[in-house]
Amino acid sequence: MISFETLYAAPPDLLRHAPVLLVAGPLIGACAAALAPSSRWAWMISVGATIFALWMALGVIGEVARKGVLDYYLGGFAPPAGIAFRIDGLGATMALLIAFMGAAVSLYSGHSLRAEVRHEKQTLFQSGFLLCQAGMLGLVSTGDAFNAFVFLEISSIGTYALVALGSRRDRRALPAAFTYLVMGTIGATFFVIGVGFLYAATGTLNMEDLALRLTPLSESRVVQAGFAFIFVGLGLKAAMFPLHGWLPGAYTFAPTAIAAFLSATATKAAIYLMARFAFTVFESDDAFVQGFLFWALAPLAAVAAIVCSLQAAFEKDVRRILAFSSVAQAGYILLGLAVGTVLGVSAGLLHLLAHALMKGALFMAVGAATLAVNARTLTDFAGAGRDAPWTMAAFTMAAASLMGMPLTLGFLSKWRLIEAALAQNQVWIVAVIAVSSLLALVYVSRMFEAVFLRAPAQGAPRVKEAPVGVLVPLLILAGLSIWLGIDASLPEALADAGARALFGVSP
Amino acid sequence: MSLLTHVNYFAVVLLMVAGLYIVFSSGNLVRRMIGLALFQTSTGLFYISLAKVAGGTAPIRVEPDSETARELSSRVDPGYAAQYAIDGVVYSNPLPHVLILTAIVVGVATLAVGLAIAARVREAYGTLDAGEIADADRKAGRGPVP
Amino acid sequence: MNSGELLIGLALIIPLFTAAVVYAVGRMPDVRETLTMVGAVFLAIITISLTIWTAQGNPPSLVVARPLQGLELAFRLEPLGALFALMASVLWGVNSMFSIGYMRGRREANQTRFYVCFALAMFGVMGVAMAANLFTLFVFYEVLTFSTYPLVAHKGDEPSRRAGRIYLGILVGASVTLFLPGIIAVQVLAGETTFVPGGLLSGKVEGVGASLLLALLIFGSAKAALMPLHGWLPAAMVAPTPVSALLHAVAVVKAGVFVILKMSAYIFGDELIGSLPAAQWLLWLAAATIVIASLVALTKDNLKARLAWSTVSQLAYVTSAALLPASAGLAAGGLHMIAHAVGKITLFMCAGAIYVAAGADKVSQMHGLGRRMPVVFFCFLIGALSVIGLPPLAGFWSKFLLISASFGSNEWITAAAMVVSSIFGLFYLAPVAIRGLLSPDSDGQPIHFIRPGGAPGIVVLSLVITAAACVALFFLADEIVDFLKPLAGAVQ
Repeated sequence: MISFETLYAAPPDLLRHAPVLLVAGPLIGACAAALAPSSRWAWMISVGATIFALWMALGVIGEVARKGVLDYYLGGFAPPAGIAFRIDGLGATMALLIAFMGAAVSLYSGHSLRAEVRHEKQTLFQSGFLLCQAGMLGLVSTGDAFNAFVFLEISSIGTYALVALGSRRDRRALPAAFTYLVMGTIGATFFVIGVGFLYAATGTLNMEDLALRLTPLSESRVVQAGFAFIFVGLGLKAAMFPLHGWLPGAYTFAPTAIAAFLSATATKAAIYLMARFAFTVFESDDAFVQGFLFWALAPLAAVAAIVCSLQAAFEKDVRRILAFSSVAQAGYILLGLAVGTVLGVSAGLLHLLAHALMKGALFMAVGAATLAVNARTLTDFAGAGRDAPWTMAAFTMAAASLMGMPLTLGFLSKWRLIEAALAQNQVWIVAVIAVSSLLALVYVSRMFEAVFLRAPAQGAPRVKEAPVGVLVPLLILAGLSIWLGIDASLPEALADAGARALFGVSP
Repeated sequence: MSLLTHVNYFAVVLLMVAGLYIVFSSGNLVRRMIGLALFQTSTGLFYISLAKVAGGTAPIRVEPDSETARELSSRVDPGYAAQYAIDGVVYSNPLPHVLILTAIVVGVATLAVGLAIAARVREAYGTLDAGEIADADRKAGRGPVP
Repeated sequence: MNSGELLIGLALIIPLFTAAVVYAVGRMPDVRETLTMVGAVFLAIITISLTIWTAQGNPPSLVVARPLQGLELAFRLEPLGALFALMASVLWGVNSMFSIGYMRGRREANQTRFYVCFALAMFGVMGVAMAANLFTLFVFYEVLTFSTYPLVAHKGDEPSRRAGRIYLGILVGASVTLFLPGIIAVQVLAGETTFVPGGLLSGKVEGVGASLLLALLIFGSAKAALMPLHGWLPAAMVAPTPVSALLHAVAVVKAGVFVILKMSAYIFGDELIGSLPAAQWLLWLAAATIVIASLVALTKDNLKARLAWSTVSQLAYVTSAALLPASAGLAAGGLHMIAHAVGKITLFMCAGAIYVAAGADKVSQMHGLGRRMPVVFFCFLIGALSVIGLPPLAGFWSKFLLISASFGSNEWITAAAMVVSSIFGLFYLAPVAIRGLLSPDSDGQPIHFIRPGGAPGIVVLSLVITAAACVALFFLADEIVDFLKPLAGAVQ
């Protein structure tokens, strides 16, 4: 087994400030990119900033492996007066995921933007993208409930603008972005209201303090109402069924770089926060939390896994298939959380990582294939297997992982999920996953059929092979889905560390 | 615990619900933004209400033993003051004010982005009405945004 | 890496490598087919060595990867697996000869894809045969399913695509909804899924849970075509005959019953199987499958459909053998797996030869045809009699042992079903050959060969080889049962 202690160690001076540099890097990059003289410069700044963030994320994860939890006080002021970052195994895992996907997407965006975003907006695109990444990295690093809201909104505001940039290809990106903005803001505001309730009951916003003070208060109505607000708000952000209405439009019409990045990270960050509140801030063995997991989270996740897979199976637009599939797959992750054990949460997190890799690769592959022509529906993709063999090879690898083909990471994460559910005698979860996997098989094989078996219509514009700059990050992501499917010790270690951090169990 | 002592909370709830209602009932994108702003602002009021400590003054430091301090401390019950006062003066909690300052900034930013998108929608569709936008997409032979 | 590990590695790599090379030289049919043959011969040599190693009580094993903690992608030979690998690889060689004649004789399209998928399917078979645990087995079981799908849908027209959908739907559906949860349940109960002599779950489960698990795993292995999950097998008959011959008489269906035999011996074990009520019910279901499928076979005029239904019936024999609470059932089941494979591949090759030569695929069109193609019809007769179970042919011993094992464990219904279905077999298989050889032309018209010169020589040669094997296995049955003794011994 690879222990991630050995992953990386940066120079000690840098390492001491890694938690804040992780967020500050992209944030400064965002300002720089906005001022960049040309789109090429902006792209290079973006690549530099995201790779720096990845470096710092590796440093953080190494530190977390050595020390357990990293506390970092901004400017040296200890809480409650100062602002504290607190990164544990889960936060470090999420930070690594976000930083890694950011770097991959940023590399990819160099070519994809030329086709998808108007030239004069490309510098602003990079700026917004870095802002969005900085927000998410901050969200997973902070130890303060209100700062979590601020970071959530920093990333969201960037995202709304980025989705709207897809309007060069299709003006429907604009109403989609608007809907996303309205729903996202309502979600964030609900979250703030919930946090306010908790603050009213406890007088603190620090998550660790909250956890201590809430223990005797779990019967309090104020606390329970606060939890409900937080849960609904984050559910909106995480596109949890039935609050997922904004997601298909946003993912379908956004530039593919953004669709890839968001599907891999944005909803995942909201799920992270949800897990943080359900398991750390509240006690996981609390009757109230148990009831929530069993009666609210699990049924909704199960319905999402089945209904949205079914919707995906009937869709014709490839990106909408992928978008609905994202909602369904988020259902798997939540089912893992709903099992409510270390094993279940670890399985959910493993699927979170697996899904991020595969969905990122899928959106990128779809984007790469459509750089030359604006292909959307299954029919537009007919014969793509022959016209763009490398892109479609990557697409195939990632889609195999999506449908849980053996020897892919998606298979192993589903295996772990079923194992965790069976260990708790939750046989119905197994049934849900099995049925939903069958539906996944249906929608994935529809895409395969179009790509490999169907002949393109006469005179229809043909998909073209993507340039190398796009293929490299794409093949890395898709290849990881396979490679980690044969040796999953790294994602397993990350997911285990995350789950143990949530439950406060030492290894 | 009467209606009167909770009047600010009732106002908050009223504003909140009104804001949400505008968001969902109105077809006009700008009106939706107005509703959203109302909704967000109501949480500001909520936090400020939370910060109020009974008998407390604004959280601006008062010189101890000054005239103002003596006057303020004379207003509250000595037992109560012993529990909550700092140098004899009871202050309201400053933290929520700070938080809401941040939240206002976030709200303004959201409002700006939302209005900008609405403006772009008008450029692209020539209308701000959600129903007409959906119709335009349908006429173009492509489904509306869900 | 010691030589045992090397052998396992080669057994996996040779089919993969063959697939790659065949794909690379796809434009040159002669080279492509020579390479397929070379690959098949090499694989046969490797599996023979593996079998010898296993027979010497020195089974090779190899751990390839550990994807997650507690999960291993690992291989380990045992007698049943060695025999299965040996059978599949030898018949792959014979079948490749047949394919060359058939595909060229029929001028089929996409021949390169055909050979590539065939080699990939053999990769799956090797993995299934050598798997050391259920996890590995499941991985290769799926490889086998997906690599044979393009073969089933080979023609690419609407009926074959529909058949392909049924094929994938039932096989993958059962494996995802039944087999996989069952395997993971084993993992949860035992902490591993390794095949352990005497039964991994022995003493770890009991009662209703164990019964449910048995049902999940047996039905999940839908390749064994136990009713009601048998529909994919007749549907798959739209494939070209070589596919039906090797995959749907030998590799795929035998993988199904192989999995069941293996789970019975190494996962559940003798004691547990004997104590479960579900085993009893599944035995009755298998008996019903034996009789019903034979009855359906009687009504089919299309020769390949008739053979397919006969296969459904014969597979249930092996499933019964796995479920019998007597250890003798396992060795007999293993023997029947081999005997039926050799007999059925002969029958399919004959059907293919007749189709290539005369274009006839219905039994009613074949009256008197035997006088034009006596060798083919004589071989058909040998294959038919072997499948029916008459001496001196391979099928006799396996049926004899199976029926006596059923009697021995007081499973009268199973024994009766086997006897009845053999009698039905006499009615639906033997007459095809006998009428072909003896009766006059069906409508008085002389029969034309659609291919000048009748069946290609290489096709006839391959089916003569397998017919001869039917006879040879009659005399080798004792050795095979001896070889499989450790399987039964492990259970005691």
